[in-house]
Amino acid sequence: MKKKMLSLVLAGAMTAALLTGCGSTGADSTSTADGTTNEAAAEDAGADNADAATDNADASDAATDAAEDTGAAAGANGTFKIGGIGPLTGGAAVYGIAAMNGSQIAVDEINAAGGINGMTVELNFQDDELDSEKSVNAYNTLKDWGVQVIDGCVTSACSIAVAAKTAEDNIFQLTPSGSAVECVTNPNSFRVCFSDPNQGAASAQYIGEHNLATKIAVIYDSSDVYSSGIYEKFVSEAANQSFEIVTAGAFTADNKTDFSVQLQQAKDAGADLVFLPIYYNEAALILKQASDMGFDVQFFGCDGLDGILGVDNFDASLAEGVMLLTPFAADATDDLTVKFVTTYNEKFGETPNQFAADGYDAIYTIKAAAEKAGITADMSNEEICTALSAAMTEIQVDGLTGLGITWDASGEPTKEPKAVVIKDGVYTAM
Amino acid sequence: MSFVAHLINGISLGSVYALIALGYTMVYGIAKMLNFAHGDVIMIGGYVVFVTVSGMGLNPLAAIIISMAACTILGVVIERVAYRPLRGASPLAVLITAIGVSYLLQNVALLVFGSDTKAFTNVVPFPNLELFDGQLVIKSVTIVTVIVNVIIMVGLTLFVKKTKIGRAMTAVSEDKGAAQLMGINVNGTIAITFAIGSSLAAIAGVLLCSAYPALTPYTGSMPGIKAFVAAVFGGIGSIPGAFIGGILLGVIENLSKAYISSQLSDAIVFSILIIVLLVKPTGLLGKKVQEKV
Repeated sequence: MKKKMLSLVLAGAMTAALLTGCGSTGADSTSTADGTTNEAAAEDAGADNADAATDNADASDAATDAAEDTGAAAGANGTFKIGGIGPLTGGAAVYGIAAMNGSQIAVDEINAAGGINGMTVELNFQDDELDSEKSVNAYNTLKDWGVQVIDGCVTSACSIAVAAKTAEDNIFQLTPSGSAVECVTNPNSFRVCFSDPNQGAASAQYIGEHNLATKIAVIYDSSDVYSSGIYEKFVSEAANQSFEIVTAGAFTADNKTDFSVQLQQAKDAGADLVFLPIYYNEAALILKQASDMGFDVQFFGCDGLDGILGVDNFDASLAEGVMLLTPFAADATDDLTVKFVTTYNEKFGETPNQFAADGYDAIYTIKAAAEKAGITADMSNEEICTALSAAMTEIQVDGLTGLGITWDASGEPTKEPKAVVIKDGVYTAM
Repeated sequence: MSFVAHLINGISLGSVYALIALGYTMVYGIAKMLNFAHGDVIMIGGYVVFVTVSGMGLNPLAAIIISMAACTILGVVIERVAYRPLRGASPLAVLITAIGVSYLLQNVALLVFGSDTKAFTNVVPFPNLELFDGQLVIKSVTIVTVIVNVIIMVGLTLFVKKTKIGRAMTAVSEDKGAAQLMGINVNGTIAITFAIGSSLAAIAGVLLCSAYPALTPYTGSMPGIKAFVAAVFGGIGSIPGAFIGGILLGVIENLSKAYISSQLSDAIVFSILIIVLLVKPTGLLGKKVQEKV
């Protein structure tokens, strides 16, 4: 009996430990995220006061921070309410916070330059904790606030959940970074980023147009929808290109530490480029194992490789020369990127990632569409939605994630893919 | 040539399975329980080396010794806290507890080290062996792992057969009650078994992470399961069986990946296990023990 009691207590203690473990992780990330947000808000306020003190007659200088309601001409024609949804706490908080910050910079710039059709833009960004149910709650909160356009969600699953609601309510939705195919199936939903399969096609075109290789090996994760989606589209697009795919080695989530076989097959087939439509954790292992077996080859990946230099203790020299297709490189030297990165660094103290750029472009896309459609503050949500959805196919946006981005009625963007190469341990634009 | 390369890569993978399987088989052979937390002790061993080498800048050899000490203590504590109170309970209760300990270790590691992958520094400082003008590369860590396997195998066999504690272990594994009547400290003997098994886990952790340098809280779980399969394959409880089973499993896995399908390799490995067990239920080198009535 005594033994039984003891084992029960122990089992209880173990369960308790598990629960405590989860609980405190959550609390930790909450406080970090809050800290960032508050800090950002405080800095905003500071900048606003400074701006209010000086005259902001020079409205064309859009780079300066501006208070939401002190823009030169903005506010004269009422307000335009944009609601953002994304994970601001929890495991994917990095993505949500970046998209929120990027969007906020765009909103501040637009207001400083006179708003959209004279309307002041207001951004209300809600947390969904990477949970599709909570994203619907966040959407309902935004509706109570009087939202007119949804800028979200940041992640695919949440985007899909909210898309069902916006279609019902006739509210225009533009997701900055929801890449799953289903995010934009409704006529009122559009996206800024490439879809998963389109990344495959874009990669094949990029490799073909730049003559990077003639024989290509692919290593992909057949148990992951992102990876296999890109792979399938890559293969079908490859038929139109000058290169051939010599081997395709799949692996699964249970089998993702040893890639010697796939690499050996690529080597035997004489591949001069290995395409890696996978996430950076496995890619880091592949680079190491290729280097161990003396297989010196060009590696090419998609946005999943973004982050490979951030792996703890990773030997960055292994990634030297790796190319990846990513919509945004923070070190690009064009004026728009330089200005954005400088502003972001000043306001939030870090270098923006691609989610920040997607968030920024989303706001400017909404602005372009709203101006094209001649949106005014007295229009109903339904009228706005119809007008914006129609205007989306007619506009062209020069953004951080691509020049001359256009949309068709399916909601997919068309833009030139950008590639970066890892040089001297940093991402460098090509 | 590529066949030889696949074979060598298979041995490289298999030698790691073998090393983990030795720990499984050791604990099963003596304590007659499946220590499912073994794979996670390996993961902890890997993290200890990661922290001491990359974080504190210690010499890898010193780090391995610290890691072995840490895992030994961890193993003994797990045995004392989670398994000993259940010694009289049904084997199923012990099995479930072991799975619970496994999850506990994973979640503690998740809490302490986070879920992001750490790139492990190879602690085997020798250059890789290149044959035929670099067409065939044998990683130095593979050679070291195979040698370590053989040393441990011979060492364990001698330890169990020749020393007093080793013979006490054999006695305990055959009959706990009788061993106690003969004046053997059963609990102490089993604690020593766990200590040895866990210090082997630390070595396995270091070599696993050196060969496949990605360290996460789940690093140990899949190799742990594969190694368990290897131990059963070779005949659980048999020390040379664990080694042969591990190497064979790695080679079969890699060859089926290379020549049949890279996605079906696990299915093929496990089907072969089923066939072997149908034909020879005790595994390749397992001995059939007559139950005395």
